[in-house]
Amino acid sequence: MPEETKNLTYAQAVNEALSRALAERPETLLFGEDVGIPGGVFGVTKGLRRQFGERVFDTPISESAILGGAIGAALVGMRPIAEVMWADFTLVALDQLINQAANVRYVSRGALTAPITVRTQQGSGPGACAQHSQSLEAIFAHVPGLQVCMPATAQEAYDLLLSAIWSDDPAIVIENRNVYHGEKEPVRLGGPVRPVGGAAIRRPGTDVTVVTWGTMQHRVLDAAERLQAEGISCEVLDMRWLRPFDTAAIHASVARTGRLAVVHEAHTFAGLGAEVVASVAESGLTLSAPPLRLGAPDVRIPAAPSLLAEVIPSAPRIAESVHRLVHQSRHAA
Amino acid sequence: MQNDPGDAGPDEARRRLFTTMYTIRLFEEEVTRLRAAGDVVGSVHLCNGQEAIYAGTCAALDLTRDIVFPTYRGHGWTIACGAPIEDMFAELLGRESGLNGGRGGSAYLSAPQWGMYGENSIVGAGAPIATGAALAATFDNSGRVAVAAFGDGALNQGAVHEAMNFASIRHLPVIFLVENNRYSELTVTATMVASDRLFKRSSAYGFPGVRIDGNDVGAVRATVAEAARRARAGEGPVLIEAMTERLVGHYIGDAEQYREPGELDRARETEPLVRCARELLDAGVTESELEALKEQVRRDVAEASRRALASPLASPDTVLEHLYA
Repeated sequence: MPEETKNLTYAQAVNEALSRALAERPETLLFGEDVGIPGGVFGVTKGLRRQFGERVFDTPISESAILGGAIGAALVGMRPIAEVMWADFTLVALDQLINQAANVRYVSRGALTAPITVRTQQGSGPGACAQHSQSLEAIFAHVPGLQVCMPATAQEAYDLLLSAIWSDDPAIVIENRNVYHGEKEPVRLGGPVRPVGGAAIRRPGTDVTVVTWGTMQHRVLDAAERLQAEGISCEVLDMRWLRPFDTAAIHASVARTGRLAVVHEAHTFAGLGAEVVASVAESGLTLSAPPLRLGAPDVRIPAAPSLLAEVIPSAPRIAESVHRLVHQSRHAA
Repeated sequence: MQNDPGDAGPDEARRRLFTTMYTIRLFEEEVTRLRAAGDVVGSVHLCNGQEAIYAGTCAALDLTRDIVFPTYRGHGWTIACGAPIEDMFAELLGRESGLNGGRGGSAYLSAPQWGMYGENSIVGAGAPIATGAALAATFDNSGRVAVAAFGDGALNQGAVHEAMNFASIRHLPVIFLVENNRYSELTVTATMVASDRLFKRSSAYGFPGVRIDGNDVGAVRATVAEAARRARAGEGPVLIEAMTERLVGHYIGDAEQYREPGELDRARETEPLVRCARELLDAGVTESELEALKEQVRRDVAEASRRALASPLASPDTVLEHLYA
């Protein structure tokens, strides 16, 4: 596909990636609840049914049939892209992801494979109920055999989705509805599809490494901007892929800055932030301050905006916590 | 045990079906011995008494393109599909030469080269997967029919109902095959369903269901052949409830305290091997011909077991391989 750059929203970038996959790979199918004729509950798959006909279709509200159906089709050579409307809904069919898709290649020594892509979206939003607000990436990332990514920008939404579809193993792409219809940004389309994996430095810095993923990145970048004004230089690392997990990129950054913070929207307890901190501890790198984890506390996710604001880390709270982290060690030194 | 009744006369076809079923039975008996000896470890679910379902179904399919998705009680399916029994013994024994190099074991092995797309140890989970393989057939011009096999207990799993509805609205070429041995593991299924006429479940989803004698290998073959023809012609799924009896426990070691007195004695009179042998004799096969056939199977099974036992254990050097491409 020839390369070009277009101004697109996040949702349009996802649509472009799906369109390219359906055009270039005849073995792809696209299905899920409301994705065909309605064009998706968030409008992400708009126009694809018209363009690709029967290969894009609506399904019953049956997540086990959607995911199991994708796996069965993949076992015999198709490359299905299944949408689960909300990440919370994957929980009713987790069997198909964890007991089925994650196992087949390993147990059959490659005689069977399940190259499925599951597109879903997660995260809190004002007024969303506790069953439409969770951040579940750690559950998927815990499972060997799965691949998980969380694109934060329109460009990443395009690139990571194509990497997932091109990959020969099951991949879960977790998008975020809050950014679907935001500002347009220039997105490079076409060009080679990258293999899965690899973190990206979003903002270089020297005083502290702030590891993050998903759209929490935008709050972290906002916090980094505030901290710059206070004389603190943050290096912001977007993990992009949570499995495979680019620990080398974390270690390289921490080796430069000597300080570590992890910020995510998911619950802190047993979350991936713990994996980041443990991996740095095991690496033997010396930190000049104790590492910081910032995420949701141990509560369910409330609907009311005033309650929600207390639960999900905000840019000012991130800035304040990182400020404290850096200053306590500067004073100690 | 490739069944090829199309090119054989009726007697030869019946002889092959008997051979397949007898091989399954002796395989399971040998597994019982290996489990008692400690050579096979872990949970093992035998299919003694249900052999006609596997032999009859596979004889009705074209396994160069059709595929089956059995349950953890899947040794019989694997043999009926034609996988080598030596590789199956090796799999149960944790050998490198096992069908899956020892990674699947008794309850989660697969032999896709022979159309056996994997046992499943999650009750009912294979139904949506088989439905997906049938979905692919509506795009890839393969003419494939997929068989989702599961026990009577699986009719109480939501995934099975999601699969039946999905298959029906898209007219997918999938056969839902219930091996009704009357027990959901250790519990009488009739006490767990408001109506024990399980084949009726399909009517709610708008496709045919039929109850057959699952111990009559000819009836199984004929019913599956018609269901496959229908499915291939784009007429959608069928639910077949094949009535059978499990002559053994749910797993090796099951105390079977749920059995009624005399229940198994009655079941042994109508089990498929007894019936198929009688049919062969009625058709003019002599006692000595039948005995010679059985002797050959006995030798083959013993030899396969011996060779598998003598083969090297799965190599720990490869344990981390094949997680990803």
